[in-house]
Amino acid sequence: MMPEPSYYQQLFLRRIKREKQLIVLWRTAVFLLFLLIWECSARYGLIDSFIFSSPSLIWKSFMEMCRDLSIFSHLGVTVTETLVSFFIVVILGAGLAVLLWCFPRLAQVTEPYLVILNSLPKSALAPLLIVWLGANERTIIVSGVSVAIFGSVLNLYAGFQNTDPDKLKLIETLGGGKKEKFQKIILPSSLPLLLSVMKVNIGLCLVGVIIGEFIGARQGLGYLIIYSSQTFKLTWVLMSITLLCIIALILYGILGLIERYVTK
Amino acid sequence: MKPLLEVSDVCLSYHSISGETRVLSHISFSLFPGEFLAVVGPSGCGKSTLLNLICGLLKPEQGQILLNGEPVFAGDCRIGYMLQKDHLLEWRKIYKNVILGLEIRKELTAEKLAYVNQMLLTYGLDKFRNAYPSQLSGGMRQRAALIRTLALSPMLLLLDEPFSALDYQTRLKVSDDIGKILKKEKKTAILVTHDISEAISMADRILILSPRPATVQKELSINLSVPDRTPLSSRNAPDFKTYFNLIWEELNHDA
Repeated sequence: MMPEPSYYQQLFLRRIKREKQLIVLWRTAVFLLFLLIWECSARYGLIDSFIFSSPSLIWKSFMEMCRDLSIFSHLGVTVTETLVSFFIVVILGAGLAVLLWCFPRLAQVTEPYLVILNSLPKSALAPLLIVWLGANERTIIVSGVSVAIFGSVLNLYAGFQNTDPDKLKLIETLGGGKKEKFQKIILPSSLPLLLSVMKVNIGLCLVGVIIGEFIGARQGLGYLIIYSSQTFKLTWVLMSITLLCIIALILYGILGLIERYVTK
Repeated sequence: MKPLLEVSDVCLSYHSISGETRVLSHISFSLFPGEFLAVVGPSGCGKSTLLNLICGLLKPEQGQILLNGEPVFAGDCRIGYMLQKDHLLEWRKIYKNVILGLEIRKELTAEKLAYVNQMLLTYGLDKFRNAYPSQLSGGMRQRAALIRTLALSPMLLLLDEPFSALDYQTRLKVSDDIGKILKKEKKTAILVTHDISEAISMADRILILSPRPATVQKELSINLSVPDRTPLSSRNAPDFKTYFNLIWEELNHDA
């Protein structure tokens, strides 16, 4: 049996709880206030609803597109492409980082190239990708991968290298080699890093996929944004952006849950 | 009696672009089974380097190191090594930490696990086998690290300032614990330390190294007049102080 917490402990717990509730309250308030100001200023002519749209217009067109099901194919395409490129990035990125760790000379040789490729704006590559690979899903996935891959290789490799050298020495003193060092020390101690790299990557993949869809797609939210901006349906653009926000939030949330589950 | 470990005429330098540093110069000594040797010397004199050589992680540039008549090599399973910190892996339970060496060597046999279990029981860690390292006190962690090393049944145990990360009180207790455990398990050990009292209290023999490049400045047998000597009771021996002064002078005489 847990003893009843003391008066001051209870007071403390209550204060912590209140603080949390207050933050949730304010977050919601900020969001609702934003929507309210936007809606009212559009309705009373403070801003031009043709250019700035309004929450109710966005909602209406969303419902319309739900009814004719067209929004689901756009959403589905973007989410699938993002997830596929995310999985490729995780597997390929981790694989390459391990390879660099196994062969330090390879790491030394490739480091400047990785740094250059990482800082290169990937949107500059997109037009090339379209020409080389054609205007199809493959190009968009490659675009998504290209945004996230180099950074994750560099980050993971740096993390592997940051492992406590004494822990590696421990494995040597217990008679283990490179394989055991990786398996027993580097992998488990880099798990939190891997998860945080994944959390960043899912967002970056979404960025890459949208860049790809801007240029060479017939479907997806990126395509929808370009198409509607060219036809001046700015409500659709804003709706797509809202949906992107929601997608990003959900994907990030899922990874956050995984992280919490894995690291307990 | 044949010595267990023979270190003969070992030399080693560290090399960097800016130059070479002689660390060890013509070090020779031997160690007999069941003996506890302490190595003391000024800081940075190459004490840890000497241990790295003995366990085969480094190769001497000159001279040789024989264990039981055979040269040592990297990953030599005849040698156990205890590092300065306990390096228990925070993501493994105590039991999983203790069997790490067996796991790496793929020796998870019933017999070895029984030995581990018996040690956990004898040394008061059985209750904590499913705890994580963060739930243990410094002393218990160090005992767990020792069991991890002993699980491989090494012929020779190397201790690299294993108590230096502990506070003074824990340190006295743990060194007493570990000294008793090693006597009970009849282990041959080399302890590297910069703490003179610790060396006298635990060792049968003390090797004093000179400043870098280290040479063997003096070898000293410790014969304390206390019955059933343990590291703690040694500190009460009347001749403890004499040894202390002797070593202190040795360490300071040409500085």
